Amino acid sequence: MSVGHVVIVGAGQGGFQAAASLRTEGHGGPITLIGAEPGLPYQRPPLSKAYLKSGEEEALQLRPASFFEKNCIDLMPETRIEGIDRTAARITACGRNIAYDHLVLATGTRNLRPPIPGLERALDLRTLADARKLRDALPGKRRVAVIGGGFIGLEFAAVARRLGHEVTVAEAAPRLMSRAVSPEISTRFLAMHRGLGVDIRLGSAVTEVTDEGIALTDGAFVDADLVLLAAGVVPNIELATEAGLATANGVVTDARLLTSDPAISALGDCAVFPLTGSGRLVRLESVQAATDHARTIAKRLVGDREVAYTAVPWFWSDQADWKLQIAGLADPSDESVSRDDGAVLRFADGVLTAVETVNDAKAHMQARKLLAGGASARRDSLAERDYDLAMV
Amino acid sequence: MVKVTFIHSDGREETVDGRVGDSVMATALANDVEGIVGECGGSMMCATCHCYVDDGWSERSGDRMDGEEDMLDCAASELRPTSRLSCQIKLSEGLSGLVVYLPEAQL
Ligand SMILES: Cc1cc2nc3c(=O)[nH]c(=O)nc-3n(C[C@H](O)[C@H](O)[C@H](O)COP(=O)(O)OP(=O)(O)OC[C@H]3O[C@@H](n4cnc5c(N)ncnc54)[C@H](O)[C@@H]3O)c2cc1C
Repeated sequence: MSVGHVVIVGAGQGGFQAAASLRTEGHGGPITLIGAEPGLPYQRPPLSKAYLKSGEEEALQLRPASFFEKNCIDLMPETRIEGIDRTAARITACGRNIAYDHLVLATGTRNLRPPIPGLERALDLRTLADARKLRDALPGKRRVAVIGGGFIGLEFAAVARRLGHEVTVAEAAPRLMSRAVSPEISTRFLAMHRGLGVDIRLGSAVTEVTDEGIALTDGAFVDADLVLLAAGVVPNIELATEAGLATANGVVTDARLLTSDPAISALGDCAVFPLTGSGRLVRLESVQAATDHARTIAKRLVGDREVAYTAVPWFWSDQADWKLQIAGLADPSDESVSRDDGAVLRFADGVLTAVETVNDAKAHMQARKLLAGGASARRDSLAERDYDLAMV
Repeated sequence: MVKVTFIHSDGREETVDGRVGDSVMATALANDVEGIVGECGGSMMCATCHCYVDDGWSERSGDRMDGEEDMLDCAASELRPTSRLSCQIKLSEGLSGLVVYLPEAQL
């Protein structure tokens, strides 16, 4: 049985992968890949890393135009879908209807813009257009302020520092990257960034952005010629909500990444799904989740196989010469155990949930294998072997 | 321009032009060579750009980078002494004519 016409809304990392994987899996029917952004689908990770230095746009493309022609993927860039009519099984853009047999929502996220006075002065770093603007604005700006000490803010801070700018990062939480990493890793990265000369203000929310800089809750004022906003994102779920699909902090799916409508799947940054093992509903912002979700959906649609999504999450962040690698997924409240070599193991109820490493591909890959092993890795048995992660 | 020849697992050959400084992985993707996935975009976080460097080129293409070995351990296809992550091989004039073999699977 063929699934017929598969329409994918959102031509980012996950939307692209869904189209490509449908063909790899042998889908012969039409595929339409619709994205609001101009140009070919591209990868975002380099936007806060290599691209800011090199400015090379072609290197960002996931595949050249010929790939889409060869694979009969009907790519519609610069097209924003405005609504889903589930009864008629079609979507609309600019008064035009497009019928689907199966719909994949891959709409990603957008920058969170908190109601801070003057925030319109701050630049974003989410899309290629944002990165281009930021890159063009940087030369000649002596002092740069970053709102948000998460991955993107810190990656940018390290690059800007290396380019010779004076950089201040204001983070409202008491530690860096607090939603994603252990306090131990936060502390190490704080020291590293400070060592580079980045001025990091913790527990400092921004109260106002002016032409002169940013004002902080503690009354301090940081002079800045350029301000970057990197304070998190919100998932693009309006299409789903308006169509009556179940949504929470994302489009809610089951373990197969199917939404509350069996003709609609959701993936990547915009999807909330049950984590294997715990069943906890999570939304991940990573290349790994977007691409592994896409492959799972393609397998289900083409092979008619009821595959559940079980991939182990992994993530990386490049800050100066440090590559932070995370295998698994920890809750901020999970316990942590530091190994002598710096690897941090996270545990919930005595079971390994994640491993955080810096420039240590070996431990990172051991952790990915161990977490994928099925049987849960217990703290007591790991402690007996000095937290060696090699599979026994 | 640096010529790179990719030989697929079924014996099919493709020769493409790469640019000095680009990686073999980026060259494959830019030229739509099938068989290289490059999931993480060259960050050495996956092993989906695995290739086997032709014996005649393995010396000139250099040694494995720090950590490359650990990633290769997780590659989907057989690991051989000539296995490399193609994102870690940077093209130089001296590599023009480079021949790499592609494994059967990357995932
Ligand atoms: C600067 C930066 C650095 C990053 N670094 C890393 C990293 O080091 N490692 C890592 O794992 N991840 C990183 N990420 C995260 C990673 O890029 C995302 O998790 C990934 O792109 C998610 O893929 P996606 O397909 O879900 O969404 P996206 O790639 O964001 O694509 C969603 C697309 O949908 C489009 N869209 C939305 N609504 C509509 C509509 N109504 N109609 C049509 N199109 C629509 C959007 O315009 C967008 O192009 C980074 C992200 C950024 C921004």
